[in-house]
Amino acid sequence: MSEENPIIHPYIPNSEPSVKAEMLREVGAASIEEFYEDIPEKLRLKGYLDLPEPLLSEHQLVQHVEGLLAKNRTARENLSFLGAGCYQHHVPAVCDEINSRGEFLTAYAGEPYDDHGRFQALFEYQSMMGELLNMDVVNVPTYDGFQASATSLRMAARITGRKRVLICRTTSSNKLSKFKDYLKPEIEINLVDYGMETGMLDLEVLKEKIGDEIAAVYFEVPSYLGCIDTQAEQIVELAHQSGALCVVSVDPISLGVLNPPSEYGADIVCGDIQSLGMHMQFGGGQAGFIATRDEESFVMEYPSRLFGVAPTIVEGEYGFGDVAYERTSFAKREGGVEWVGTASALWGITAGVYLALMGPQGMREIGEGIMQRTQYAMEEITQIDGIGVLFFGSHHFKEFVVNFDGTSKTVREVNQDLLARGIFGGKDISLEFPELGQSCLYCVTEVHTKADIDRLVDTLEEVTK
Amino acid sequence: MSTAISKKPTVRRFHQARWDEAIIFELSQSGQRGILVPEVEKEIQAQVGDAAAKLPKNMRRTTPPKLPEMSQLHVLRHYSRLSQENLGVDLNTDIGQGTCTMKYSPKVNEKFARSPKMIDLHPYQDEATVQGILEVIYRLEGFLKEISGLDRFTFQPAAGSAAIYANVSMMRAYHESRGESEHRDEMITTIFSHPSNAACAKTAGYKVITLYPDEDGYPSLEALKAAVSERTAGLLVTNPEDTGIFNPRIEEFVRTVHDAGGLCAYDQANANGILGITRAKEAGFDLCHFNLHKTFSTPHGCGGPAAGASGVTNELAPFMPVPIIDFDGDRFFLNHDLPDSIGKIGPFYGVAQNMLRAYAWIMSLGAEGLREVAEVAVLNNNYLLQKVLEIRGTSAPYAEGKRRIEQVRYSWEKLADDTGVHSEEIGLRVADFGTHYWTSHHPYIVPEPMTLEPTESYSKADLDEYAAILAHIAEEAYESPEIVKNAPHNSTVHKTKHESLDDPETWAVTWRAYLRKTGQETP
Repeated sequence: MSEENPIIHPYIPNSEPSVKAEMLREVGAASIEEFYEDIPEKLRLKGYLDLPEPLLSEHQLVQHVEGLLAKNRTARENLSFLGAGCYQHHVPAVCDEINSRGEFLTAYAGEPYDDHGRFQALFEYQSMMGELLNMDVVNVPTYDGFQASATSLRMAARITGRKRVLICRTTSSNKLSKFKDYLKPEIEINLVDYGMETGMLDLEVLKEKIGDEIAAVYFEVPSYLGCIDTQAEQIVELAHQSGALCVVSVDPISLGVLNPPSEYGADIVCGDIQSLGMHMQFGGGQAGFIATRDEESFVMEYPSRLFGVAPTIVEGEYGFGDVAYERTSFAKREGGVEWVGTASALWGITAGVYLALMGPQGMREIGEGIMQRTQYAMEEITQIDGIGVLFFGSHHFKEFVVNFDGTSKTVREVNQDLLARGIFGGKDISLEFPELGQSCLYCVTEVHTKADIDRLVDTLEEVTK
Repeated sequence: MSTAISKKPTVRRFHQARWDEAIIFELSQSGQRGILVPEVEKEIQAQVGDAAAKLPKNMRRTTPPKLPEMSQLHVLRHYSRLSQENLGVDLNTDIGQGTCTMKYSPKVNEKFARSPKMIDLHPYQDEATVQGILEVIYRLEGFLKEISGLDRFTFQPAAGSAAIYANVSMMRAYHESRGESEHRDEMITTIFSHPSNAACAKTAGYKVITLYPDEDGYPSLEALKAAVSERTAGLLVTNPEDTGIFNPRIEEFVRTVHDAGGLCAYDQANANGILGITRAKEAGFDLCHFNLHKTFSTPHGCGGPAAGASGVTNELAPFMPVPIIDFDGDRFFLNHDLPDSIGKIGPFYGVAQNMLRAYAWIMSLGAEGLREVAEVAVLNNNYLLQKVLEIRGTSAPYAEGKRRIEQVRYSWEKLADDTGVHSEEIGLRVADFGTHYWTSHHPYIVPEPMTLEPTESYSKADLDEYAAILAHIAEEAYESPEIVKNAPHNSTVHKTKHESLDDPETWAVTWRAYLRKTGQETP
């Protein structure tokens, strides 16, 4: 700051020179330099960092940032059918209202007294997810669904004392990459093929690969390719027969109509809650959940915080606190389970708001409607010459694979043509699943009208003619 | 008769909101709706019928989830009330959460983060449609490169600990690429570095060696020299440490580890006191990480979403998670072409809206502003240090008489010895005055700990008030300790009986488990 005309920054009250001088005087320091005396001279930065000139007024900053953001063209300004882990659902206004409140937005890790509200809201989130999943234990959210799945597999390995996991090969290559990095070095990953006709896990391959060294069998409902694996009960049974656990990842917005995996015997259920009231935010709205039965051997393997309800010294008061805190890395450093840290709590609170708004009827209606729209989109798209919907005979929730092998165009080319017409086509999976040819993953949710789907179909027809 | 109203007392007569709010399930009224969902057009219904009903029985949900049924106002009101029973930076002088860098999150940045041009972007959109956000991330990377002196950054880790893990994973990949991963199986850290350094290294398969401070509170160089060997994979270290003490021999630490063939990662989750003062590069580090939700002002969100930024030198850059964001002179693009990459840390590119907030924050301050942040944060800390040490029963262990950087781990040991009142109890009493300090300082190396970090956001009057609260409570501890021991008094709830939370028979992580375990199961 220049000596003659120092800037009193709105974010830094004590940058005011007379206050600074007074504080220095009170602590008996000649200058701020004294506080840095432990930093050797050769490690000190000479001069200032090389950064752009600041935009000191809020107005200038707004102009600059809005100028940058104006270069974006959003999914809502266009017609988007992108999904693949991040979904365009309607976000109720109350969700935004609650997660904008400074009391929640700017709090961190207060105690269960001064932050009673945070503890209750997250306990209620866990509880509502518990109802949706029919399970008694749900964690304070972890980073995202990838982390939830990866940690679930590690939990399964610790619980069973085994070192190999079987993963259904319909899992996305990005998630497999995460598993590869996260399960290293202890846990070996083995893939189980899927049926080219059904998109479901190949039970014969599973029977060959399952054995008493397998810690977990992992599959997703719906799968990354959009199919609902109706053999779920048999998969779980095969896993259990050999002493393995079954880990199932779900999209929680489907659970008003789909059976929660606990009902077909899954041991650990996980997934991402972005669907439940989070905007897409270029992928910044993700948060992961892990759910299990209320058994000590499971609970003690959670790395996450688990908020629990407890009595206070006053009758009729709900108090809260951490369940089995001593298992965490906060308490035990490397002696804890994996690690715990800041993750995605605000999205947990928001998902709680979403579930409370939706209620049982809302969750059923949204699920039914998405399935109908998806089925309609599949039926209409499959009518187009040269375009196919793979695994058409299987049940789908909100995503399905569209194949362009019967046209003269690649997915990339089709998507460019769609983009020129204001449509974001499905995610290209031709590199991820080369055996599926020129294919991409389309997603339909409750935000899509019949007119939207019809426009897509007409445009696909036009660009692939 | 005078109508003058007397001045406010030094410590405020706070009382937190106490709505005595029920658990949300108790507010349910059968048949109520909080929001309606779009109806499916009749034509679609006629064509496809009830798609869900066609599911095989074992995949179809038959019993509706027992979610609450509430009108919209009732949901809003419930959560608004709960929010009032919470303290954030917007409300309190949030300096009691040392190491966490609780600072003001500017509201204008909130507007950016919540604008349609940010929230309605899908991560798999065509790059041509997301040039604005890619440019923001690219430019933010440029800022952090300058702030650290390192060569490349990824923002894919969703938070600080995820960034530590990413750094450990990159170190592991580096050693693998040199055929040394088998025998380099030890990771070194210090006891006053964040517990996630030890925990992430352990999760990645390393044996963890933890260094303790010497009598002066500095990590022991002799201990490090004894610990390094051909088994050393690397060093994970914070500086200044959680005590607020800067390790002046950090360069020697790094050199010692390098000489043994190990790598060094600098935990800069909290870099608030040294922005523009000293950098990872000059000390010789190979990797570092920043928490955008600490130093760079993005809101803490009750514990996330956060954002971790991992930085590396060019030597480690081939191992970064994919994609990284590059610029070809014309367009910003997602570069997946890193054959030696550790792969994916998270599903997409990280918490993009927090990158936008951090970008805007840096743009509003510039280089001089960032240095002002650091200097004022350090001035505030040393001012508060003096005030706290004037309070009966306090001390600041280690490096006696020395200045600190951005925070101090204090001890109430003397007060506890004198009065039997413990730090944890003082922490709860603090809540009665509209602020807090957190009681987690594991491991309890410093007896009766209290870690305060007064960032640049707080005024001299704020610091004076906080010190006055502590002084008031210290007096209570000496004069009438039962007031402190029975705290909180003015909080939302009274002292909780925590014993049930450690007993599998009684702990209840969900309402359904609570009802079951207390014999109140609903039909």
